[in-house]
Amino acid sequence: MTDGGQTPGPWADARLAAALLAIDPGLGGMVLTARSGPVRDAWLDGFRALLEDDAPWRRVPANINDEALFGGLDLAATLKAGRPVRTPGLLAGIEGGVGVIAMAERASPGLASRLAAAIEGPSPPLLIALDESSEPDEATPATLADRLAFHVDLSNTALSAITAGPLLDPEMLTMAKVRLPHILNGDAEPVLTAAALALGIDSLRPVILALRAARAAAALDNRDEVAEEDLSLVARLVLAPRATQMPAREEQAEAEQDQGPEGEPEAANDTPDAGDDERPGLDDLTEITTEAARAALPEGLLARLEAGAAAPKAGGAGKAGAMQRAGLRGRPAGAMRGNPGEGRRLDLLATLRAAAPWGRVRRRGLKRFAPGPAIEVRREDFRIKRFKPRSESETIFVVDASGSLALNRLSEAKGAVELMLAQSYVRRDHVAVIAFRGAGADMLLPSTRSLARAKRSLAALPGGGGTPLAAAIQAADAAAQAATRQGRSPTLVFLTDGAANITRDGGAGREIAQAEARQAGRQLRTSGYPVVLVDVSKRGSDAARTLAQDMGARYARLPVSNPGALAQLAREAAA
Amino acid sequence: MTSPFPFSAIVGQDDMKQALLIACVEPRVGGVLIFGDRGTAKSTAVRALAGLLPPIETYESDPYNAAPGDPPIDGQDRQRGAQTLKPTPVIDLPLGATEDRVVGALDIEKALRKGEKAFEPGLLARANRGFLYIDEVNLLEDHIVDLLLDVAATGENVVERDGLSVRHPARFVLVGSGNPEEGELRPQLLDRFGLSVEVATPREIDMRVEVVRRRDAFERDPDSFCAQWADAESRLRSRILDAKDRLKTLDSDEAVLRKASELCLALGADGLRGELTLLRAARAQAALDEADAVSVDHLRSVAPAALRHRLRRDPLDDAGSSARIERGLQEVFGQ
Repeated sequence: MTDGGQTPGPWADARLAAALLAIDPGLGGMVLTARSGPVRDAWLDGFRALLEDDAPWRRVPANINDEALFGGLDLAATLKAGRPVRTPGLLAGIEGGVGVIAMAERASPGLASRLAAAIEGPSPPLLIALDESSEPDEATPATLADRLAFHVDLSNTALSAITAGPLLDPEMLTMAKVRLPHILNGDAEPVLTAAALALGIDSLRPVILALRAARAAAALDNRDEVAEEDLSLVARLVLAPRATQMPAREEQAEAEQDQGPEGEPEAANDTPDAGDDERPGLDDLTEITTEAARAALPEGLLARLEAGAAAPKAGGAGKAGAMQRAGLRGRPAGAMRGNPGEGRRLDLLATLRAAAPWGRVRRRGLKRFAPGPAIEVRREDFRIKRFKPRSESETIFVVDASGSLALNRLSEAKGAVELMLAQSYVRRDHVAVIAFRGAGADMLLPSTRSLARAKRSLAALPGGGGTPLAAAIQAADAAAQAATRQGRSPTLVFLTDGAANITRDGGAGREIAQAEARQAGRQLRTSGYPVVLVDVSKRGSDAARTLAQDMGARYARLPVSNPGALAQLAREAAA
Repeated sequence: MTSPFPFSAIVGQDDMKQALLIACVEPRVGGVLIFGDRGTAKSTAVRALAGLLPPIETYESDPYNAAPGDPPIDGQDRQRGAQTLKPTPVIDLPLGATEDRVVGALDIEKALRKGEKAFEPGLLARANRGFLYIDEVNLLEDHIVDLLLDVAATGENVVERDGLSVRHPARFVLVGSGNPEEGELRPQLLDRFGLSVEVATPREIDMRVEVVRRRDAFERDPDSFCAQWADAESRLRSRILDAKDRLKTLDSDEAVLRKASELCLALGADGLRGELTLLRAARAQAALDEADAVSVDHLRSVAPAALRHRLRRDPLDDAGSSARIERGLQEVFGQ
């Protein structure tokens, strides 16, 4: 590679990734994190220039429906033409070409799994997922991201960093493609496997992709066998973005930078299970590869990982997937006028019924002499099925973990939440947990149906610090509104003693904090969500009782003698 | 279409392979649920079944994969074409599939063009006599899962909608997979799956390297990789066929039945479905092992898969159900 020596920035990496994708389309594609802008466009243009001129290049909107994806019957055109008119599907259109998924973080899990299936299909397209996520809990759905080899972040790349000019001259590309099938793996398999393990990457798919990418890199560089620099490159481009833990450093290396030529024995011991000892170069190679990946870890991640908090992106489904498309699913509830498509289903009987009375009139008007069909259906006759969606409920627990709660009270509160979780679990409710202590309120667990996660997050909740009640109420209000937007009906459950002492701006001050909390409570009341306030103070506190009144909440006290009573209370409040 | 990754070439994941083989031999165990992380060969294993299983005899253009001699469905004089061999269907059910696509619906094209009320078969018809695979079953809408389990249990798809009244056979083995981190299945649904296995990526580095090697070899040259494994595949295929035959004559004696009941009681597994599945699975395992009779060992080897998901559970008990099964097994079988 031309820019071998120095540490290349994300832009150089992105260009390299584009070249590798062009050499081996089996790499699936790339997740490109960047806001829409000239940098992103420049990359896309450069990438497109590498492909053959007639290769399909289409945009895949994140909200595309099945019909557009797979093709289907164009009803309106069919009626007009009097013969079936099909629309070709987008997937068929990008076979062997490129699909650019705009706003990939908004893609539904359904779309992600379909695209993933397309990648594994017979003539797979390359997919470029343009990820514009700004929130930490937004991300390209993992089903898809897992199958795209490269994850490159260009969001901090300045326009000035961009180098223009062709990425690669076509001849080199052709040569590399010819060489590709004959590249030998060398030690790549064990090295990449060990490096992935050191980075805490459980899935083996990234390793396989990394291996392919390494071969493509070797082909690009005119080598017969995968070499050290190829491994370092793919460690940076493929493995590092997927890391969930810091690789264990062999020794406090910084001090003794010049490693003795005799290769310290402890170094070998500390790299866990790095293959056999018979092959001397292997451990070193693994080390170099892992180091390359470590160097490429984004800074934020580094800090988080070193702090010990595993920080996998809220993988799984993109948030948008949970969004209810009101009226498209559930129990049938009659028909209404409208155009089918986008998940709306034509109610044929109702459509014919609507068209029937007009039959003679229309025939007379249009085709006086032609026999024509008995019923002529026009666009305005279309009736679509209506459904009554089942509304899911979401219970948002707001747990006071401040120091004013003695530790045993906190564990009692946790116990109460767990009981209610068990109830929610049975009813398949969504559950979210907000905890507040110290300076502010944190979303401990974003809305989920996974009980395992809920329980884990709760168990890990430490106690102590002040009581930022107002901030907590606001956070809860926001969470409830988010749930409503996604078509769920939220119920809020506060577990607190009501003794606020941290103001909204993080300062101390009992009086102001209390006033702010009450004000936030009154505001919450106007939102109209059902609220339960469980007083966890020892003898019941006036503050909690007043706050409950302000919020329009049901008031209950711990310990609740009957464990089911608390859950019962929440259910009643929701009803 | 490229050939799938050979089943026998999958490294490790013995529990999953065992469960799938049992389902091949004895489809009546009623579905397999595979829970585990991404990249644990779940999909690979299921899709590999298409290559492993012997082809089925059917008609060229029969959307229901009817066996020769079966009467045509829904009374139409459908042109089914000549008899032919088709690979065992392994149908993918994509997330977000509508009910229409799953059960079938009115053929709109025919309705508009010819004014004919015809039924357009859905995925359930295509899966007849094969496997229906749902990746991320825990993300599937509940009403579709209900429907699937119902059809899977009865072996018949009954459609009463859009003025249509059709029933057609839909005998398939339901295989669901998912990642528990992303949401769980309702206990009622869990119970309807016959076997449940948990998979994890292998931890030993040698095993992981082997996985990567084989997968890579397959991707580089699928044909020669498959040829390399053809022998192993055909051995496994005849083992399945033999086991199917053997199953008919296999008896389970009183002692085994008794043990099965004891085990279910000891574990507090709800309902009789657990016992039935346990016995069926044990018989299938015995048949696969070419044993003459079902023994307690067979029972023991299938018990975790057959009962793991049926324990009456405290949803907050983290001590995974596998551990509880192990305890129960020791109690009942002694060491």
